[in-house]
Amino acid sequence: MLKVFVKGLWKENPVLMQLLGMCPTLAVTTSAINGVSMGLATSFVVVSSGIVISLFRKLIPPQVRIPVFTIIIATFVTIVDMVLKAGFPDISRELGPYVPLIVVNCLILGRQEAFTSRNPLHLSVLDTLGMGVGFTWLLTLLGGVREILGAGTLMGAQVMPGGFEPLIIMLLPAGAFITLGILAALYNSVNLKSEGR
Amino acid sequence: MSPLFTIFISAVLVNNFVLYYFLGICPFLGVSSRLESSVGMGMATTFVMTMTALITWPLYYYLISPETGLNLPFLEYVIFILVIASLVQFVEMFIRKFFQPLYRALGIYLPLITTNCAILGMALFMVIREYNYLESMVFGFGAGAGFTLVIVIMAGIREELEWVPVPRAFKGAPVVLVTAGFLALAFMGFSGMISP
Repeated sequence: MLKVFVKGLWKENPVLMQLLGMCPTLAVTTSAINGVSMGLATSFVVVSSGIVISLFRKLIPPQVRIPVFTIIIATFVTIVDMVLKAGFPDISRELGPYVPLIVVNCLILGRQEAFTSRNPLHLSVLDTLGMGVGFTWLLTLLGGVREILGAGTLMGAQVMPGGFEPLIIMLLPAGAFITLGILAALYNSVNLKSEGR
Repeated sequence: MSPLFTIFISAVLVNNFVLYYFLGICPFLGVSSRLESSVGMGMATTFVMTMTALITWPLYYYLISPETGLNLPFLEYVIFILVIASLVQFVEMFIRKFFQPLYRALGIYLPLITTNCAILGMALFMVIREYNYLESMVFGFGAGAGFTLVIVIMAGIREELEWVPVPRAFKGAPVVLVTAGFLALAFMGFSGMISP
């Protein structure tokens, strides 16, 4: 049962392995704090919509399942959006339109389609939670790397020495693509090594 | 320059949806391995985007908007995604009935358009920037054209990449991501064209 949770962390990491949810991964990770917030918001949506869909999986007719899933997801995204706007206005402003765009994060719909719509509640919670944590750690790492190299800070605190010239490119779109490409290559090479090839 | 032209150029080149806003990355990475399918995907997406702009604009201003509509902001995302999903369904049926060759050419890419975040993103930007009806149409079309441009360029590069000895760890997704990074770098050259 633990396997269901752990597989999302590394072996089937939604971003590195399955290339799902790329838009928010690349767009908001200009700092570690943005990465954490986006990761947690997405985790909340994937877990809570997973719970609802798993509970009602026998009642949803298969022909209209995609629209039904989408509406359930959109409902939870609306909740997250309102909570962020009310409680964390700074983060809400930073993330901007990428909060409502969680609706079309293919990671979320993909999990409902592949797992929660055909598995009991406890397994669905573990699976979506694993995917959420896997997504969050990667976004935090990517945001951290880009923040350290691009601004010389981490979580807003200065970490690089005074003479360090920030690499602005890391905060621009090109830096996001290249950093994620290098992280994915590292992921591949670790996997290749552990397979002994 | 007229505002309409500025909006168009900005959506196609300067603030390209894929390379600047990171919208539509999934089809951009998934469908760009062959030139033909990427052209089909681009055209279908452009059409759906333009139609989405035309339909969601009146829905927002007469139904959702707190100022001019019935004040239903909490329904914004649900309504938008429903419009896009039904539009894609409708376009699919329409093309299948009346344009058989085009339907065969696009194949499975049509239903995939629903989960293209560039479309929902376009509708959200349209609202945030308070475009009028005509501007929204041009914006939707420009966003689609920009998506097509980039995905076709990418497909051209990826067809060449097949003949290049890529290091083993970089095979597959990593090399595509790094290539996209360089493409984004190239598109940064357009950034001075229009002052925001």
